[in-house]
Amino acid sequence: MMRSSQPLTGTNGRRCKEDEKLINATLRPGKRGYIIDTRSLNVAQQARAKGGGFEQEVHYPQWRRIHKCIERFNILQESLIKLVEACNDQSHNMDRWLSKLEASNWLTHIKEILTAACLAAQCIDREGASVLVHGTEGTDSTLQVTSLAQIILDPRCRTICGFESLVVREWLQAGHPFQQRCAQSAYSNSKQKWEAPVFLLFLDCVWQILRQFPCSFEFNEQFLIMLFEHAYASQFGTFLGNNENERSKLKLPQKTMSLWSWVNRSEELTKFQNPLFEANSLVIWPSVAPQSLQLWEGVFLRWNRPSKFLDEAHEEMISIIKYN
Amino acid sequence: VENVRLLDRLSSRKATLGTLYLTATHVIFVENGSETRKETWVLHSQISSIEKQATTATGCPLLIRCKNFQVIQLVIPQERDCHDVYISLIRLARPVKYEELYCFSFNPKLDKEEREQGWKLVDLNEEYNRMGVPNNYWQISDVNRDYGVCDSYPTEMYVPKSATAHIIVGSSKFRSRRRFPALSYYCKDNNASICRSSQPLSGFSARCLEDEQMLQAIRKANPGSDFLYVVDTRPKLNAMANRAAGKGYENEDNYSNIKFQFIGIENIHVMRNSLQKMLEVCELKSPSMSDFLWGLENSGWLKHIKAIMDAGIFIAKAVAEEGVSVLVHCSDGWDRTAQVCSVASLLLDPYYRTMKGFMVLIEKDWVSFGHKFNHRYGNLDGDPKEISPVIDQFIECVWQLMEQFPCAFEFNERFLIHIQHHIYSCQFGNFLCNSQKERRELKIQERTYSLWAHLWKNRADYLNPLYRPDHSQTQGTLRPRMAPCNFLYKFWSGMYNRFEKGLHPRQSVTDYLMAVKEETQQLEEELEVLRERLANLQKSQLNDNKVKTTQQDRSKQFGLSTSNNSLANTPQEYSSDLKSFPSRSPSQGDEEDSALILTQDNLKSSDPDLSANSDQESGVEDLSCRSPSGGGCLPSEDSGKDSDEAVFLA
Repeated sequence: MMRSSQPLTGTNGRRCKEDEKLINATLRPGKRGYIIDTRSLNVAQQARAKGGGFEQEVHYPQWRRIHKCIERFNILQESLIKLVEACNDQSHNMDRWLSKLEASNWLTHIKEILTAACLAAQCIDREGASVLVHGTEGTDSTLQVTSLAQIILDPRCRTICGFESLVVREWLQAGHPFQQRCAQSAYSNSKQKWEAPVFLLFLDCVWQILRQFPCSFEFNEQFLIMLFEHAYASQFGTFLGNNENERSKLKLPQKTMSLWSWVNRSEELTKFQNPLFEANSLVIWPSVAPQSLQLWEGVFLRWNRPSKFLDEAHEEMISIIKYN
Repeated sequence: VENVRLLDRLSSRKATLGTLYLTATHVIFVENGSETRKETWVLHSQISSIEKQATTATGCPLLIRCKNFQVIQLVIPQERDCHDVYISLIRLARPVKYEELYCFSFNPKLDKEEREQGWKLVDLNEEYNRMGVPNNYWQISDVNRDYGVCDSYPTEMYVPKSATAHIIVGSSKFRSRRRFPALSYYCKDNNASICRSSQPLSGFSARCLEDEQMLQAIRKANPGSDFLYVVDTRPKLNAMANRAAGKGYENEDNYSNIKFQFIGIENIHVMRNSLQKMLEVCELKSPSMSDFLWGLENSGWLKHIKAIMDAGIFIAKAVAEEGVSVLVHCSDGWDRTAQVCSVASLLLDPYYRTMKGFMVLIEKDWVSFGHKFNHRYGNLDGDPKEISPVIDQFIECVWQLMEQFPCAFEFNERFLIHIQHHIYSCQFGNFLCNSQKERRELKIQERTYSLWAHLWKNRADYLNPLYRPDHSQTQGTLRPRMAPCNFLYKFWSGMYNRFEKGLHPRQSVTDYLMAVKEETQQLEEELEVLRERLANLQKSQLNDNKVKTTQQDRSKQFGLSTSNNSLANTPQEYSSDLKSFPSRSPSQGDEEDSALILTQDNLKSSDPDLSANSDQESGVEDLSCRSPSGGGCLPSEDSGKDSDEAVFLA
């Protein structure tokens, strides 16, 4: 599986032999490849006017292109704001809850992203075909798809160590602009132009899979919530900056502590371990039916609902397993 | 009928070829194919509707919808055969005599005494005694011993000590269907009680001295409070409309010291339509998130569930916190009243949250108090307007509570689903007819078997691993939030999408924890044995090498993997427009391994003796390898085998 940004085809239908050679080199003998474009066909076509575009069949004959539209930027931020508003609503009316949830479109985005990731995983696992994923910049929806696909396919990504590596590789090193995206979150009065809860959506998707396969992950929900928090505000330098270049220029490794150095301490790690974890070597396929996707209460209703009884259940579960 | 295709509901591409059989009690589809021959059994009683669809090139489609939410899509090659099957099923699914029902032919191979014992498992006399009655305030009355006063009530009821036979009879004449106020639950800690009845025949201005005396008697039976709540579970408008028909509700001016309250739960017709709409959403082929959420909201289903729950919470609060007695009624006092009284009891008394207690609760507030099982759930062919998912809603309220209070119930979700299943299955005699009178006339207990005994025998399958009798959640009253808590009510896919295993979490936390607990228990027993042996050995001063080796061998057997690995390995539907993907991958082998679906329902195939196959759902031979001592089928971590391959071989 490869990821990139959009090819600069432009309106003239430019081609680049080196680009073709590069991605063709990943094709397995006798097999086609799939390009998953996270923009709708329309948007991809419109991108040509600004110098961008998509891979043309005539130049990339061994690749089949699939468009799986995933929303971006302010649409996602609006979605988050609406969802948080809905969750904070103190009125009694049952009816409005579901329509507010629906109006936020949050779960629709989750479904979109998971579906695209499952498709990418299917290409690899079921077809044995190589995959190239890109959107426009290759820094947002692209990363959601590639990292989730790996969680589906590769059991190592479901271990704590493996997941941390995944985040470092597919988000930090890949250049997801955390500084821009995780600026203010849902309550800010001013709207930041480049802000969007892309990473949170990714974590939410991971949680959805965790919920469907509760014994397949070495980490628990708290781990994901912790990552969400630190992406937005942290005493560690890990999520600062927009890419490795900036981090290096800011001398972050010298001036700040790494989140991982704290998380991986054994006394911290115990909080994040999933007692139900049983390592398996399976490919796990989540269901993306609406009935299977749920609101991530641990994040969105965290301060509004009593967690006492659920916490007790969790403790009971841990004690059953510990005693054994 | 041969060469029938069973379509996968979600993906019309996946169809299995087989033979369709019709027996006196079941529809059975048996898959062709040498090895697995998976069977799907459906009881006629479960059939809710049959739809013959337009013939296509591939054959004549037949859609069977079941009361337990299973949906079966068949394609029969010949139109004439399809028509015959359709006509037969219509007749078979609408019995006219009780004797046609399965419970009269079902034979679990128990002797007469075992059958009798089964019926005695739940004893309401014991239950009332456990509550603390009869006592100074409450007595048992046999005024209805020949069903002479009210034919939908049982022969024995608890009434306040000061309610004489004259008062009871008088009050019954002033109540719809003569369902006079009687005791449902007594709280011995503070003498508050929950009583239930039907609506008074008050019209605009009618009064009845005995009825007023009856309510006074109830109030007086609770010396700790100087007033009585009267809760009408209907919407105010409906209750007012009833007055024009000579019925209505209690006027606070006429009844001394009552506080009257409307709760506003809709009637059986609204509920029937609500369920219908929700099921339509469940049947959508590839719904978007919006389709689903909109559809769910439009159905209003969760709103109704919340209304019932809120009513139960109000009553539980009145009893536990205010120490005030409550009289509950709706129109006839056998639907909403039953729901609300049983929810309130469940919240108040931890006994009803145990397995046995729950069975008792249903016997008390639903069976003995004359809930019209036959009319509501269509045992026999009847008026479609009487059909309504009343007990289903109550069962869902219990599930919603289980989700909010995971440690509070001794039983698990499967217990609830199986009870719902059997309310419609007519495999057992508990939920037949409309009243105790009718059941006794039919001699149900001599001719059929009790569901409770069956469930009790298999209770290991129904336990909640998180339940501990000494846990804080299992003590005293449960206090769910009333508002704001809209988001606490979730769609119950385990019930309404019960047969679509792909939609549910593919690994069961409950099963895993149960396996851990079983293993713990076995280890504890082993430990005991070894301790004894060690003690003996120390006495006789023998070489203890043998002891060590046995210990080591045992520990290897316990592989706790309860994962439903075969189903985890099957991709779900991700794209309806992409036809290029093969349904199988070279590394995965035959996708038909998805037929070896081991789900928690199948593993707990607690239905009897109809061959290995359960009539509950797609019966599969129980390839159960989840128990710790069973070991073997699923690889443990150190087996070194490729997991996918191992699953296929299993």
